[in-house]
Amino acid sequence: MLIQLYFWFLSAVLVGAAIGVITSRNPVFSVLYLVLAFVTSSVLWMLLEAEFLAIVLVLVYVGAVMVLFLFVVMMLDINTEELRKGFTKFAPLGGIVTAVIIVELITVFFVRNTGLPVLENPPAHPAGYSNTRELGAVLYTEHVYAFELASFILLLAIVAAIVLTMRKRPGLKVQDISMQVRVRREDRVRLVKMKAEKD
Amino acid sequence: MITLTNYLALSAILFAISVAGIFLNRKNVILLLMCIELMLLAVNFNFIAFSRFLGDTAGQVFVFFILTVAAAEAAIGLAILVVLFRSRRTINVQDLDVMKG
Repeated sequence: MLIQLYFWFLSAVLVGAAIGVITSRNPVFSVLYLVLAFVTSSVLWMLLEAEFLAIVLVLVYVGAVMVLFLFVVMMLDINTEELRKGFTKFAPLGGIVTAVIIVELITVFFVRNTGLPVLENPPAHPAGYSNTRELGAVLYTEHVYAFELASFILLLAIVAAIVLTMRKRPGLKVQDISMQVRVRREDRVRLVKMKAEKD
Repeated sequence: MITLTNYLALSAILFAISVAGIFLNRKNVILLLMCIELMLLAVNFNFIAFSRFLGDTAGQVFVFFILTVAAAEAAIGLAILVVLFRSRRTINVQDLDVMKG
């Protein structure tokens, strides 16, 4: 009973945070609401006994992706008033589409409740159970090629992000380290032989 | 008892809210990217709920890969956004009509 109340509380927070994301006037607040949404869903995933992914969601999403978003939002000086011009104009259409999607999806869930025994609430895992171990056991055996492809995608993302944002500015006074290391005595010093002057 | 239907309904509501966000903030590229992240979260919710209720770990493995791809997508999307802002001084979608698509 308590856990059910907790579920409803978390769901309310999650939906509220999602609404905050799309209606905030300031993009920084949107990012912070998105952080709240991610943390809340991480707790909900813990209720579903997916502990590893819950932690990964906090570490990767809140720790890396959202910080990246926050950096970009704060770095660009955006005129938010200009960008929000069509907000009220499209609000009725957006509301209608949202309502239709919600009604359709939820009626499907309730109408097609086939009462399969497998969809009953499964028992909780025993105390010594490790979600991380079970996930690792299939990740490195059954799905090992997909895993390596995922690492390749991450490498691609690193290279793409660096290539896109790197720029060469002409006229910049920087040191060329390799030139400095390669320099030899003959290039810089000239020994001049001359007679000693005497009175 | 929290049933599978509860989780699926929550995920459906989350997905619909992010679709509404794309309608409302159709000028701001950053908010569009954030709405896409929210959609991916809703999809991940479905995967994890089914993985729990069907007792199959493959759903969680799939969520793992979706998280990887979403992180890569966010990094590249934001890089494109920064380059775009540097050259055009705007992130308004309506101003980005060079390709006349």
